[in-house]
Amino acid sequence: MLALKLAYRNLMGAKLRTWLNMIVLSFAFLIIIWNKGILNGWDQQARRDTIEWEIGGGQYWHENYDPYDPFTIEESHGQISDATQNAINQGDLTPILISQASIYPEGRIQTVSLRGIDPDQKLLVLPTANLDKDIDEIPAMIGERSAKNYKLNVGDYVTVRWRDVNGTFDAKEIQIVHIFKTNVSTLDNGVVWIPINQLQEIMQMEGEATILVSSQESGSIGSIVGWVFKDHYFLLTEIREMIEMKSIGGSIMFIILMSLSMLAIFDTQVLSIFRRQKEIGTHIALGMTQRQVVALFTIEGAMHSILAAILAAVYGAPLLYLQAVNGWTMPAGTDDWGMTIAETIYPAYSFGLVAGTTLLVLITTTIVSYIPSRRISKMKPTDAIRGKIQ
Amino acid sequence: MNNSALIIVTNLVKTFPMGKREFTALKDINLKFNQGEFAGIVGPSGSGKTTLLNIIGSLDIPSKGEAVVMGQSVSGLSPKKAADLRNHHLGFIFQTYNLLQVYTVYENVELPLLLRKMSAVERKKLVLQSLEWVGLMDKIKSRPAQLSGGECQRVSIARAMVKSPEIVLADEPTANLDAKNSHNILQMMEKLNRELNTTFIFATHDEKVIKYLRRKISLDDGKVVGDEIVKNK
Repeated sequence: MLALKLAYRNLMGAKLRTWLNMIVLSFAFLIIIWNKGILNGWDQQARRDTIEWEIGGGQYWHENYDPYDPFTIEESHGQISDATQNAINQGDLTPILISQASIYPEGRIQTVSLRGIDPDQKLLVLPTANLDKDIDEIPAMIGERSAKNYKLNVGDYVTVRWRDVNGTFDAKEIQIVHIFKTNVSTLDNGVVWIPINQLQEIMQMEGEATILVSSQESGSIGSIVGWVFKDHYFLLTEIREMIEMKSIGGSIMFIILMSLSMLAIFDTQVLSIFRRQKEIGTHIALGMTQRQVVALFTIEGAMHSILAAILAAVYGAPLLYLQAVNGWTMPAGTDDWGMTIAETIYPAYSFGLVAGTTLLVLITTTIVSYIPSRRISKMKPTDAIRGKIQ
Repeated sequence: MNNSALIIVTNLVKTFPMGKREFTALKDINLKFNQGEFAGIVGPSGSGKTTLLNIIGSLDIPSKGEAVVMGQSVSGLSPKKAADLRNHHLGFIFQTYNLLQVYTVYENVELPLLLRKMSAVERKKLVLQSLEWVGLMDKIKSRPAQLSGGECQRVSIARAMVKSPEIVLADEPTANLDAKNSHNILQMMEKLNRELNTTFIFATHDEKVIKYLRRKISLDDGKVVGDEIVKNK
C-alpha cells in the first residue's frame, strides 16, 4: 500500500512526463481493444449469418461431395431414404440439390451453381418462400451480387442450360422472381436458387439431394448411410481461419503500439533512475531497503498502465460505446471480397477482452519497469545520496 | 539512558578499492557518543568525516573493526534491520537538503512516518508539530522549488526530527547557506538538542558550525587527531 501511495505521489508530481506516457499508453489500450472488438464483432456476425443463412445446425454432405472439386459435383448426389424423409417432414432437415449449369444473360455465357431448395423450408433464413410461384418458367432467385454481375432484375427471363444425370444437355427459361440481400457471399456469387422439386425433375434426380441441412435445434440427428455429418467447427473453418489471420495482422499492430508505449516507459524509468539517484539515496536513508526502492520504482512504472487504463476509459469508453451502437460501415466493395462480411460491423467488447488487455498491458509494463529498476539494488546508497553517477 | 553510549566505534577501518590498490579512508577509529551530545567531526575535505558518518548511519559498513549503534553492530545488520535502524533511531540532514522535489513540504516531512506505517491522524499531529518547531507552518503546501535554501534545510531538519530519533547525523548542513541562515539553523538544532535530548553529530569544516559544538572530534587523513569537550557551552 505504501509503495502504491508513494508511486502515485511521484507520478502525479512528475506531471507532464506522466501525462505523456499515460496518453501514449491509453492510445495503445484503445486501439488494441477497438481492433479486437471489431474482429470479435465481425467473427460473431459472420458466424451468426453463416449459421442462419447457410449451415443451420450442421450439414450432412453426400459422401462424394467436395465443394472445391467442380468435376465431381455431378456425382455428388444421393437418394433420400424414408427415415431421412421423415426427419425432413418433421422439420429437422432440409435438402439441397446442387448442380452445375450455364445461364445466358444478355447472350453471355455464365457458369453458375444451380441449387434446388424447398420453398417451404424454415431452417434457413434464405427467403425461399419467394420461389413458391405458379408460373410457366422455373421461378429462380439470386443474390444482389449475382444480379449486379449478370445485370438481371426481378421479372427478367434467362436461359439456363444443364446436363442431366444421363449427361444429356437440356435448356429452359427461368424467371428471376426475387433478388435477395445476404452477407453470406457463398449463397450469392454465381448461385441460382430454384425449387428443389423442379431441379430434381430437370436433372432426373427424383428424391435426391447433395446436402441435408439440419436445424439449429436438432444438430446432428445421427448417422445417415452414404452421408457425412459436418459440424459447425468444420463448416466455419474458413471464417475461423480468416479471423485468425486478421488477428495476426491485429497482433502486429498491437506489438508495434505496445513496443512504442513500452519504449516510452522504459526510457522514463532509465532516466528516472539516472536523474533521481539522490531521491533513491534519500529513501534509503529514511529507512527503505534497496529492495523496497526497486519495488517503488517498478510500481511507479507499472502504475502508468493503471492510470492509462483509467484515462482510456474516460475518453475511450464513450467512443467505443458509440461505435458499438452505430457500427463501423465497411467500405463499398467489401461484399465482393468473397467472405462473409456485413455492411456494418458492430464491434463486440467483452469484459474478458477489456480485462485481458488491461492485465496484459499491466504485466508487460511491470516487466519493462522492473528491468531498469533492478539497477537500484546495485547502487551504493552513500553515492546515491550525493547523486553521484553510478 | 543519559550518559550511556548510543554509538560505540571500535578499531574501525574503512578501505575503498582504487584500481588495483586500496585507499584507506578511516584508520583505527575509536569513539563513543552519548545521548544528548552536540558533537562534530571536523577536518579538511577528504579526511573521512562523511565516511564515518555514513558508517554510523548504517549506510555503509566498516572494512575492519566495529560500529555499534543503538546496541546493534552495523556490520552484521541485514538490509531490513539496517533500514529499521535508520527509520526508527536515526535522522539525516544533508548538505543539499535531499528533499523530494515533487512532494510538498508536508509530504516530505511525512515520508519517514509513512515508512513506519503510522496512522494518518498520528502522522498529521507529528508532522505539524515538527513543522512548528522549525517555523514552517505557513509553507506546508509549498514545494521545495518554492523555498529558500534556509527554508529547505529547515524542512530537512523537520523531516529528521519528526520521528523523534535518538541520533541526528548532519553532513555539512550549512555548506549551502549564508551566515544568517546558518546561525538560524544551528540555533534551531541546538534548541532541539537541549529540549529533546537528541544526539546531534555533525560532519563539518565550517567554522560557523564548529562554534556551536560542545564536543569537537578532529579527523585528519582518516585518523582521529583530537577529541575535545568545549567548555562554557
